Amino acid sequence: MQPSRTIEILVGVFMAAGFVALFFLAMQVSNLSSAPSGDGYRLTARFDNVGSLKVRSPVKMAGVRIGRVASVGFDQDTYEAVVTMVIEPQFDSIPTDTFANIYTAGLLGEQYVGLEAGGSEDYLRDEDQIVHTQSALVLEQMIGQFLFNKAQEGAQSL
Amino acid sequence: MLTPLARLGRAGFTALAHLGQAHILLLAIVRGVPDLLPRPRLLISQLYGIGVLSVLIIVVSGLFVGMVLGLQGYYVLSQFGAEESLGIMVAASLVRELGPVVTALLVAGRAGSALTAEIGLMKATEQLSALEMMAVDPIKRILTPRFFGGFLAMPLLAAMFSAVGVLGGYFIGVGLLGLDAGAYWNQMQAKIDLQEDILNGAIKSLVFGFFVTWIALFQGYSAPPTAESVSRATTRTVVHSALAVLGLDFVLTALMFGG
Repeated sequence: MQPSRTIEILVGVFMAAGFVALFFLAMQVSNLSSAPSGDGYRLTARFDNVGSLKVRSPVKMAGVRIGRVASVGFDQDTYEAVVTMVIEPQFDSIPTDTFANIYTAGLLGEQYVGLEAGGSEDYLRDEDQIVHTQSALVLEQMIGQFLFNKAQEGAQSL
Repeated sequence: MLTPLARLGRAGFTALAHLGQAHILLLAIVRGVPDLLPRPRLLISQLYGIGVLSVLIIVVSGLFVGMVLGLQGYYVLSQFGAEESLGIMVAASLVRELGPVVTALLVAGRAGSALTAEIGLMKATEQLSALEMMAVDPIKRILTPRFFGGFLAMPLLAAMFSAVGVLGGYFIGVGLLGLDAGAYWNQMQAKIDLQEDILNGAIKSLVFGFFVTWIALFQGYSAPPTAESVSRATTRTVVHSALAVLGLDFVLTALMFGG
């Protein structure tokens, strides 16, 4: 009886260690702790160009994450990108004239939506649209523009 | 003239027959579940043999694989000035690929071969026939607990492998190479998805556990009762399991992450 008892305890320890490892992976390694709770209210914004913005990209205000991008769609009539964001419910006082930009974290980092608060007294609600938007800066375009300007300067000075 | 063709045909039919036998055996094993439920002790002793006794090799390999990933990843990432992303690299490679695959290969080598040899010898020494004489179904009594022991132990072992590997990468990255501990965990948490990465990795190791144990049991059960055949069956278990794991890994990866 005694050896089988030891085996039972060891198996119990094994199962517990396995689940602790899974729990560790879920909590410490994955984004579960910072995952969107699902509830929250949705805002949409239209951009001429979203760059490489993706679903689950962060939505930040003053550098603090207040939500995530829920979907990036394309409007065939206006040829604009439609970005739907889920904002966490406690951030419920975003003015209606808020400005939405697409920024890049660092030079080559991931892109995120940055919101800049306006001065309006009215707040955005569920399913509202952010009217003022600015597209993503596409690095290649900027470099191209820069080179073009330099070339023009060079041509004028001749 | 026709002999090579006939031989080819016979080989094909033999392979098909083995495939059929393997599935019939699987069906018989699964049919033993109702008889297993009232006797959890049978399952526990198999979990001990397959799971607990494999923990040491899994933990040590996981630690070393994680440390190697830390060193190699740091070398590559530092070329791009992206050393801070080491955490993502270590965790993603472990959770998605190396954890399930290396665990399955190690378990096939350590526990799968043992299963085959044990059952092959039980058959060779007519222990299985003796059980049958006592009106005990050897498949239900011997094979079913072993099958579910391997099936359940595999994802837990893979999770331990990944968890220890992430810690090994942490020791190397943060302890030895002087990365920022916050960056290591933060970047990892920002990019590793519970469903996309960890759940898919767990599904992978469940599938591998299923196939590795199935192959081991079938090879042992179908081996002719001689010493030579049992030794051959043991070799085949390791070879077939490794091939099945690597092939399935490609299919699963294409299904999960290919889209």
